[in-house]
Amino acid sequence: MSIDQSTAAKVAKLARIKVEDDALPALASEFNTILGFIEQLNEVDVEGVEPMVSVEPMRLKRREDVVTDGNQQAKVLANAPDAREGFFAVPKVVE
Amino acid sequence: MSDLNKLGLAEARDALRKGDVTSVELTESCLKAIDDADALNAFVHKTPEIALERAKAADERIKGGDAPSMCGLPIGIKDLFCTKGVPSQAASKILEGFKPEYESTVSQQLADAGAVMLGKLNMDEFAMGSSNETSVYGNAVSPWRRGNDDAQLTPGGSSGGSASAVAADLCLAATGTDTGGSIRQPAAFVGITGIKPTYGRCSRWGIVAFASSLDQAGPMTKNVRDAAIMLETMCGHDAKDSTSAELAVPNFEAMLTGDIKGKKIGIPKEYRMDGMPAEIEKLWSEGAEMLKAAGAEIVDISLPHTKYALPAYYVIAPAEASSNLARYDGVRYGRRAQLAQGDGITEMYEKTRAEGFGHEVQRRVMVGTYVLSAGFYDAYYNRARRVRTLIKKDFEDVFAAGVDAILTPATPSAAFGLGEMTEADPVQMYLNDVFTVTVNLAGLPGVAVPAGLDKQGLPLGLQLIGRPWDEGDLLNTAYALENAAGFVAKPGKWW
Repeated sequence: MSIDQSTAAKVAKLARIKVEDDALPALASEFNTILGFIEQLNEVDVEGVEPMVSVEPMRLKRREDVVTDGNQQAKVLANAPDAREGFFAVPKVVE
Repeated sequence: MSDLNKLGLAEARDALRKGDVTSVELTESCLKAIDDADALNAFVHKTPEIALERAKAADERIKGGDAPSMCGLPIGIKDLFCTKGVPSQAASKILEGFKPEYESTVSQQLADAGAVMLGKLNMDEFAMGSSNETSVYGNAVSPWRRGNDDAQLTPGGSSGGSASAVAADLCLAATGTDTGGSIRQPAAFVGITGIKPTYGRCSRWGIVAFASSLDQAGPMTKNVRDAAIMLETMCGHDAKDSTSAELAVPNFEAMLTGDIKGKKIGIPKEYRMDGMPAEIEKLWSEGAEMLKAAGAEIVDISLPHTKYALPAYYVIAPAEASSNLARYDGVRYGRRAQLAQGDGITEMYEKTRAEGFGHEVQRRVMVGTYVLSAGFYDAYYNRARRVRTLIKKDFEDVFAAGVDAILTPATPSAAFGLGEMTEADPVQMYLNDVFTVTVNLAGLPGVAVPAGLDKQGLPLGLQLIGRPWDEGDLLNTAYALENAAGFVAKPGKWW
């Protein structure tokens, strides 16, 4: 399995990270180094082995579906790069 | 008393209780040491006002006779922990200016016990690194040097600032976190003790997430007794972390008898790697001899899937990271990129993440995105999770056969120079975690104990791996090893 520049560009797009075109060859090459290393896993016989979900055999705890806190609008917005009128502000989404 | 910053937790606690020192005196001594040590770049956000305020409160508490073990003891907190009103950036540009409105459970428990926060400690960005060279704050520097050579060395990573600060006596102890070795590798590089407890022992709530199924917090301290004291305060069930274990936390310190007679210590043959430096090999066999002399039985064991731990880790950790780090979108917190005329929300995400994440973080997020993408999920991610099951089973089999703990080297080498690995490919850097990463994949407790110096005068550590939830027994074995190794070396002050 080898990653070409267009695959690298696609992955960058999926990850929402802007990568300039001239940086793609180096990125693809790094991916190939790492994936080459990961390929070793193909040597392992995993037939009938369950994929691990939780490292300790315990069920994730559940709680009642009720509000446990809230009414903290000012705190929630305190660290936003752009907050206006009680909302997070972002560039226009709908034309 | 002079040089109060050089005390360990237990010594300082006992002196506080006897009334020989005050927390304010301890704290002032550390604050002075911190201000003298900017060359180490360990403390990246200093909080002297908070420290002195907490120290005064601790002194009142001690006077009143209500003094938990950690009361009045000055410590550093890794930048990965959210601390209320204090910058918590995970050493990333994307969290520039972020001041949490809340406190992580672990740092809250330490504060509730009266511990004094001196400030926030340097680390690799989002805990992704083994040398503290991916930090937005710049490199943390080890207080150790190779003889008279003034080349700067890495304190290891990702908890590099914690390691440097504890080894240089800027604080009595520090918090760390460990996803693939990030407590144990830096502890070994600077000659201190670091324990990663069983997955689920410490709440992850309020700790910036890297790989949620692997991340655990733990203490980095000047000796094993201190690790036992601080770990007890950090542990405990927390309803805010759904993977937090509902188990009682033992008094770990009380379990330090030093008696390991009849304990079975396993030596895994797969950890004897090609090209392992002779000094590491020697240290390892000396460690086994010491435990044997203390009454333990040494047995050869096999952990057959060891070789596949690193590749499995470099699928699972980036996959979880790509998901966890999706939250850094320039909307809710942190830094948003400057946008051009006409840029929409997608450009905002892409530019914010390109500017805000460093190179290594971008690389891991993209590798994670790739292994989780349609068509590759089974081939990479599910396969890695199956291999993880096998790695855990290796350990279960060994423990079922009666082994109490496993002895391995902590790292494949002593600390390397900052910048020396720049030209290496990323996989070379990942090999630093070869002895530690298995422990995270299996969710086990592991502790690094300083055991000797290499020929350049740099610390080398050994790792002990224990049964799940048996940190007390593990720390006792570590205590016996510490007693036998008698490691007392300290770096000479050059900073």
